[in-house]
Amino acid sequence: MCLAIPGRIVELLPDFENIATVEVSGVRRKIDVGLLEDDPAKPGDWVLIHVGFAMSKISEAEATDQMRILAMLGEDEAAMKEIEGYGLGGGGA
Amino acid sequence: MKFVDEFRQPELITKTAQEIRRLANPGHRYRFMEVCGGHTHAIYRFGLNDLLPPNIELIHGPGCPVCVLPMGRIDDGLSMTENEEVIFTAFGDMMRVPGTLGSPLEYKARGADVRIVYSPADALKLAKANPDRHVMFFAIGFETTAPSTALTLMRARALGIRNFSVFCNHVTIIPAIRAILDSPDMRIDAFIGPGHVSTVIGCRPYEWIARNEGKPIVVSGFEPLDLLESILMLLRQLNEGRAEVENQYKRVVPWEGNRAALKAMAETFQLRPYFEWRGMGFISQSALRLHDNYAEFDAEERFQVPGIRVTDPKAAQCGEVLKGVLRPEQCKLFGNECTPEHPIGALMVSAEGSCAAYYNYAHRKAALTELMMPARAL
Repeated sequence: MCLAIPGRIVELLPDFENIATVEVSGVRRKIDVGLLEDDPAKPGDWVLIHVGFAMSKISEAEATDQMRILAMLGEDEAAMKEIEGYGLGGGGA
Repeated sequence: MKFVDEFRQPELITKTAQEIRRLANPGHRYRFMEVCGGHTHAIYRFGLNDLLPPNIELIHGPGCPVCVLPMGRIDDGLSMTENEEVIFTAFGDMMRVPGTLGSPLEYKARGADVRIVYSPADALKLAKANPDRHVMFFAIGFETTAPSTALTLMRARALGIRNFSVFCNHVTIIPAIRAILDSPDMRIDAFIGPGHVSTVIGCRPYEWIARNEGKPIVVSGFEPLDLLESILMLLRQLNEGRAEVENQYKRVVPWEGNRAALKAMAETFQLRPYFEWRGMGFISQSALRLHDNYAEFDAEERFQVPGIRVTDPKAAQCGEVLKGVLRPEQCKLFGNECTPEHPIGALMVSAEGSCAAYYNYAHRKAALTELMMPARAL
């Protein structure tokens, strides 16, 4: 919940406002990118995710570092469980 | 699954640790507080204390939202499950946190409809899928999770969803720092500022700590090198007689924070006049409730909330540990009555609480010194 999970934006869903498919270590889920409205997300961007919402854009190198820190803290499995648990079907509800 | 398991720039870690030793004045005792529970976890996991000279002490702050939530609020939230219409939703972190009559998981075992969600958006989705039920989301967290709750509330309104509410327990980090500084037994020289909270609030809200209180603060990343660099930056400030806000985590934290997130929070939340923190008592303007304009989604408006208050067990000395007066192992209950399996005090409840982190890691040989051979030459 408190440590951010890094992911890569795969695509923005055309039919829903601010919903994007993100990929984290091969797992794809939908997240909300509405909090990035000052610098909108686009495919290929790396973002930090908290509880299903992209909170900031980061570099690819930073994403790799963040994944490594999660692993070193023993939080990587919990992080993947969180990502796999996102059930957002699109449209925010 | 495993990611690459090695430290970034081990030689730089060694050099930074050496520089810290060189700059630390042996005649002075340095007490630095890391505010964020993620930092506490990292410090214990990496055994950073073993790389620091003995006169630099790291004090673990109040930045674990599960730990600081009073038991009465858990009881209040769980009381809503008496209404059979209600689906109680919360993050997984909350599920084992004990209330007076059991944790959310134990309520579930007794038949209450308690479900884990990984995002507030999923609680809203559940409400949409169950129009004949009412979905209550038990919201917790600092500014890292509050914007997500805020955006979910705005979506709920836009979609005209009526069977969804939020039991708001979001807290804010600045008033907790103020309470620590105002405490008469406060003994902190400088602060390691939270990393991910600062991606939302930016660095500006810390300026009064430097300007008015004369305490340096460095916003820090989570890697061993980040934390050591931040400690070095604090040492330099103290040695040079400076007190400033510095940003070690520039690669992620913008000075101005995330304006969209702050805007969503301002639209949907109001400050509570005061809120109780476990181990610290009541702190004024330290928590959020739903804005009057969002009262229809406020679980505290929709349900009879008993407003239960449970006194922290007297023998547990969480407040003293939080303020840095005692170290975790100096509490009378530590490791005996109070363990991660049977937490009595707030700081044993979550892996990010300082007592649980100490319990889980302190008895092991420090990870960093074991994994990083050059460090042994220190």
